[in-house]
Amino acid sequence: MARNKGRDNPEINSSSMADIAFLLLIFFLVTTTIANDRGLSLQLPPNPEDIENIDIKIPERNLFKIQINSADRLLVEGEPFEQDVTEIKEMIKDFVLNNGRDPESSDSPKDAIVSLKTDRGTSQERYIEVLDEIQGAYYDMYAARIGVTNKEWRDIASDLTDPENRRLYDEGRGLKDGKLEYPMNLSIAEPSKTGGG
Amino acid sequence: MSKFKKKANTKQDIPTSALPDIIFMLLFFFMVTTVLREVTINVKQRIPDATQLRKLQRKSLVSYLYIGEPKKTDQWGSEPRVQANDVFIEPSDVILWVTTEKDKLNEVERDQITIAMKVDREAKRGLVADVELELRKANARKLLYTTLQEMEE
Repeated sequence: MARNKGRDNPEINSSSMADIAFLLLIFFLVTTTIANDRGLSLQLPPNPEDIENIDIKIPERNLFKIQINSADRLLVEGEPFEQDVTEIKEMIKDFVLNNGRDPESSDSPKDAIVSLKTDRGTSQERYIEVLDEIQGAYYDMYAARIGVTNKEWRDIASDLTDPENRRLYDEGRGLKDGKLEYPMNLSIAEPSKTGGG
Repeated sequence: MSKFKKKANTKQDIPTSALPDIIFMLLFFFMVTTVLREVTINVKQRIPDATQLRKLQRKSLVSYLYIGEPKKTDQWGSEPRVQANDVFIEPSDVILWVTTEKDKLNEVERDQITIAMKVDREAKRGLVADVELELRKANARKLLYTTLQEMEE
């Protein structure tokens, strides 16, 4: 006991440590952004100058037409569409999986084409909304074919370097002899000049 | 009396010695989940929502284009513009921009370049489609519309 007498307490004052850490924290909060690398992925068609101009006749029944005008109003299969956009998803699923039953709808999933045409004045928000539904319809179908959820399917499709994922991805899309049974035939036409539909 | 006095002497501070550790934990969390800002974005970015999001695997292959109304409307006008790196470009300059972006990549990976478009929700399709057409000409055909996750009911 006597030995301790007169000696200073050997403790470093660390009460300002929290302040220093706070300062660093705020610095990082200000200078960084949360990485956002998620979104709707899309494969663009080749350069229009490289495509041979062949007139291909596509039967009306194999086309699912969606048009958006400059006021963001929808025209689905020639009819004004005032309902909730999410209903398009079910309509596309019915259309693609028709397999020739309904003479008004597609022959087979292979032939089914979803055509999306916008106007130059259509807002990106509306376009994304509709594109989201179209892609969602196809992802739902693929996911159902291999018995996973939509979310799991998108995770599989995002990482194709894993051979198991690659196999599931091909199975979901029905890859057979180098051809897909369920291709996502999405045709996005060049926007029309303002006014038209 | 003396008994009462002793009671009043009890320590009353809250121990704060663990506070720095907590703050450091927060700090490390933010350092890991965020990235340093590389460009100053000069266009409005109200990113639309979507449900069917997919994740980009290789960040090194991604180049960003920002489209939206300029923030400084008195200087640049209120028409939506395309921003690449730190400058505004015209849709016709996109081919050149893609070429320089491709040059930054390894030769074997040049075809796999992905363009992430961060488009403001109010931007018009006309401009976006013009950029897409140039991307097709530049043979950079992998595209990603950056969106946020929509809350699902």
